[in-house]
Amino acid sequence: MDFSYSYLVLVLPLITFLFLGLMGTRLSRKTAGVIGTAMMGVAAVIAYSVALEYFFGADQGQIVDGIRQQIIAWDLTWLEFTENLVIKVGFLLDPISAMMLIVITTVSFLVHLYSLGYMQDHEHKYEKGLQRYYAFLSLFTLSMLGLVVAPNIFQMYIFWELVGVSSYLLIGFYYTLPAAVSASKKAFIVTRFADLGFLIGILLLSFYTQTFDFITLTSNPTAAIATAGGATFMGCSVMAWALTLIFMGGAGKSAMFPLHIWLPDAMEGPTPVSALIHAATMVVAGVFLVARLFPLYCLEEGTMTVITVIGAFTAFYAAAVACVQSDIKRVLAFSTISQIAFMITSLGVARPELHEGVGYMASMFHLFTHAMFKALLFLCAGAIIHAVHSNEMSAMGGLRKYMPICNIAFLIGCLAIAGIPPFAGFFSKDEILVAAFEQNTFWGIWMMLVAGMTAFYMFRLYYKIFWWNNPDYGHHTPHDAPMTMSLPLIILSLVSIVAGLIPFGEFVSWNRADYHIHLNMTVAVSSVAVAVVAILLATKLYLKENSAPAKMANAFKGLWTAAYHRFYMDELYQFITHKIIFERVSRPLAWFDRQIVDGSLNGLANIANSASYAIRKLQSGSIQSYVYVYLIGALLLAAVTVICLI
Amino acid sequence: MDYSQFLSMPQEIGLVAVFLLVFLYDTFMSKKVQNALPVFTCVVFGLFTIANVFFCEESCSIFGGMFENTQATVAIKAILNIGMLIVLIQSVKWANSEYMTVRRGEFYELLLITLFGMYFMISARHFLMFVIGLETASLPLAALIAFEKNRYESHEAAAKYMFTAIFSSAIFMMGLSFVYALSGSLYFSDIAAMIFGESSTLLIVALAFVIAGVGFKLSLVPFHLWTADVYQGAPTPVTGYLSVISKGAAAFGFMVILVQVFGSVYTVAWKWMMYALIVLTIILGNLFAIRQRNMKRFLAFSSVSQAGYIMLGVVAANEMGLASLMYYVLVYVLSNLAAFGVIGAIENKTGKVMMSDYDGLRSTNPWLSFAMMLAMFSLAGIPPFAGFFSKFFIFAGALSTGDVALYVLVLIALLNTIISLYYYLLVVKAMFINKPGENGAIETFKSACSERLAMIVCVLGIMLVGIVSCIYTYLVDAAETSSALFNIF
Repeated sequence: MDFSYSYLVLVLPLITFLFLGLMGTRLSRKTAGVIGTAMMGVAAVIAYSVALEYFFGADQGQIVDGIRQQIIAWDLTWLEFTENLVIKVGFLLDPISAMMLIVITTVSFLVHLYSLGYMQDHEHKYEKGLQRYYAFLSLFTLSMLGLVVAPNIFQMYIFWELVGVSSYLLIGFYYTLPAAVSASKKAFIVTRFADLGFLIGILLLSFYTQTFDFITLTSNPTAAIATAGGATFMGCSVMAWALTLIFMGGAGKSAMFPLHIWLPDAMEGPTPVSALIHAATMVVAGVFLVARLFPLYCLEEGTMTVITVIGAFTAFYAAAVACVQSDIKRVLAFSTISQIAFMITSLGVARPELHEGVGYMASMFHLFTHAMFKALLFLCAGAIIHAVHSNEMSAMGGLRKYMPICNIAFLIGCLAIAGIPPFAGFFSKDEILVAAFEQNTFWGIWMMLVAGMTAFYMFRLYYKIFWWNNPDYGHHTPHDAPMTMSLPLIILSLVSIVAGLIPFGEFVSWNRADYHIHLNMTVAVSSVAVAVVAILLATKLYLKENSAPAKMANAFKGLWTAAYHRFYMDELYQFITHKIIFERVSRPLAWFDRQIVDGSLNGLANIANSASYAIRKLQSGSIQSYVYVYLIGALLLAAVTVICLI
Repeated sequence: MDYSQFLSMPQEIGLVAVFLLVFLYDTFMSKKVQNALPVFTCVVFGLFTIANVFFCEESCSIFGGMFENTQATVAIKAILNIGMLIVLIQSVKWANSEYMTVRRGEFYELLLITLFGMYFMISARHFLMFVIGLETASLPLAALIAFEKNRYESHEAAAKYMFTAIFSSAIFMMGLSFVYALSGSLYFSDIAAMIFGESSTLLIVALAFVIAGVGFKLSLVPFHLWTADVYQGAPTPVTGYLSVISKGAAAFGFMVILVQVFGSVYTVAWKWMMYALIVLTIILGNLFAIRQRNMKRFLAFSSVSQAGYIMLGVVAANEMGLASLMYYVLVYVLSNLAAFGVIGAIENKTGKVMMSDYDGLRSTNPWLSFAMMLAMFSLAGIPPFAGFFSKFFIFAGALSTGDVALYVLVLIALLNTIISLYYYLLVVKAMFINKPGENGAIETFKSACSERLAMIVCVLGIMLVGIVSCIYTYLVDAAETSSALFNIF
């Protein structure tokens, strides 16, 4: 089977973006939305056909000796640096990119559909610009697709940055809200900072291995690592540095501690955008990146330890914070950070020799199921916010009577994320726990504990929204969302129920061979037990309005406040950037520019000026000081060099 | 003397022809068709720019080796021509304003003369030729900066520029006299041969003075102090011209001098001198830029730090560095002129140049804000815009030397791109996000046809130059024909 038609998957969103972007307000809001959604639907159908053809199509070289092959569907040479160092633009088809095609197009299409209802209703609240919104959505989808199918790290980097740009535009879409704006800027700058590491890592990696190509890099990882010839820098091998720096880029996009600070703020963007970007696609880019280079990573033990520790700590940290947040989107944001950290940890503990590399498969499996149920939870949150016009839990309660569809969908999402069989999350999380126990019992118990916390805070959220008390909604009774919004909820609920039953290991595994998932009964039973206990605890505390939670918060006041303020991480960053960089460095320099260069020397210069009428007419007279600095500069340059030479 | 040598310099002859046509049109055409002068200049110069494609690209050395054309000089001149053409188109509206009508002929003539001087800076292989080019490029600029002579800032800026230019020339010439004392020649190749293996104090001082002299044109810290005042005071089209064309020509000439004449003291002396200047230039330029609120001053400091990035190509001192330098100049020309185009259009219409005046611009002038946003993204080096590729290539060029010191330099430069992203985003934030001030946002207006044309060219360039890979490949080929330059390494 020829996969060359796969270029359509990228071209269709591009056309949509250009068309909607250029037409702008000449289209009506409704038309723009319908065009965007329809085009995305077509792109999704093509992506499905490519992926299904790859997995199930008649054997045309996809499977050789039981191993799924990596296929370059098409490529174009873009630039030749040297004979070997060539940059290409292309389409790499392998199990993980095919899986990502399905995830991205599914969620993106459903978000497009959902937005038709969600964004229309906000007409009165925000400025015109739905056309722009759909154009940006297409651009985002295009960049994300380009990222996952990239056959080389350079193309991945370009699309990686494009993902950053388009998410900047989408988060900042409500540009009339100051919070949205500062959030979009923060997201952009924090991830850009992380990408700095990524870029240096790419430069190092390509410098030594003389290739950007993923297939070349990963087909013979030992040789690729050896190209550095054992060169070391500050006690670690250069390759370990390169891979760690690349992971830094991934950690930025995937919001790993301490680069996670942008994600909770990014919740200021439109909720469907959060579902797309902050649940299913952009935030898993880091996981995808590590998975893509996994054969290299698993040879660098040190880097793998860094990944595991960062992942495990972030999982716990974010879960702790999620337990006390009061804004429902923030709870979901921290829950996302925590779940992504599960995937990262799972990759960190994966070794080819341990249980056939189960960690890798588990990570990808969880990525897949998480994308579905987390998108579901975000879209439900959107419907709830839509109904009660607030993000705060205090404005909700007892909603199960008013919003039955949403209630059931949200419950399914919670059961899935809590890891209750037979919902999707159970199977993937179970594999992650197996992988963690394989590596080290400590990590196993640690992750199981975090899984318990997950069940707790999700059910706290669920009860606070749908049970707890019955506030008086007055004449403005909340009700279920319109069909365009409910349909995606129903579809995603069904997927969240059954996705765990997919024999995922047969499609994706670290060496692309078949992997048979079999439940480890000990791990499965104990993790379900932990989850059930956590849910019962949440039920006890939050089913009916009572004072126990408040008492608990009081008892652990210090801890509770610290967690509520996200352990003051944002304040720390604020302090470093504003107090140190702006105040201590930039402001004195600006002062120097104004007062010393422009001003005080003006005074001195004016004395000299009074001698000459012509020059005095210039009044500022600071040229003298300019020339003075100039001359000193030239002399210093000479003097320092001469001294250093002698 | 063999006069047929003149035929080997078709670009210079073409430029003189353009100049003469404009001059004759200005002098002899009747009042009625005088108003068409700006358009006439654009058309003639545009034809000349296109004709450039067909000029011979064989390397030649003429006038006893004083003047040399290679594929690289042809390429950089073509890049400058593109920039010049954009400046000319941008200035049509301004040149047709009531106040300018009497003197606009001079504006175009002076502009063309400075470009002619820059051609000589690029092709000179003898210091006398280089100095003539440098002065021809500098002095008319002072007149251009003072062009809006009833605006106080304009002639203040001109006086400052003039004074600093003369001072820097004096220093430069002093450096040259030391060089002459050491080698007894002013030919680049002779000097290189004579000072080979030498590293005396006199040579270092001469080198420092030469660097300071050209550093003025490039506004490298600490030779940059004139930049902000002059950029702010000069008429906007002239500022645009100063910031890109003048800088691009100087960067190329600078690289030729450092590599060809002083190549033998690369590792002992000038690598470290340039190293220090680059670090200072990028960091100070960025830090000063953060707090600027006048758009022209803001871009002045931004261009200071951009010059630091361009110098990374010089420090690489190999073919890839040269190619990346030319590529960077091309991208920088397009991005910076897009920004100046927007500033000029707004200034012509409303006279506003403060960043706070741009608050809420998106709601009233979406296309101008879009062009400005792309320019800022490109200057900040965000893919897939051209600015990313130019930064990538210039970093790759510096890394290709395999020198650990340069790795550190690239790291410093990379860190600074994050700082620069912050202040470039300030402009984007003002336009797209800030609420309009008390007087409301700048009202919706239709910019002149010429301004729009120039902006479209720039925006297309920003979006496409990075993606069309053959441009870089062509420049690498061109740089390789100049490999004689790098012989001394």
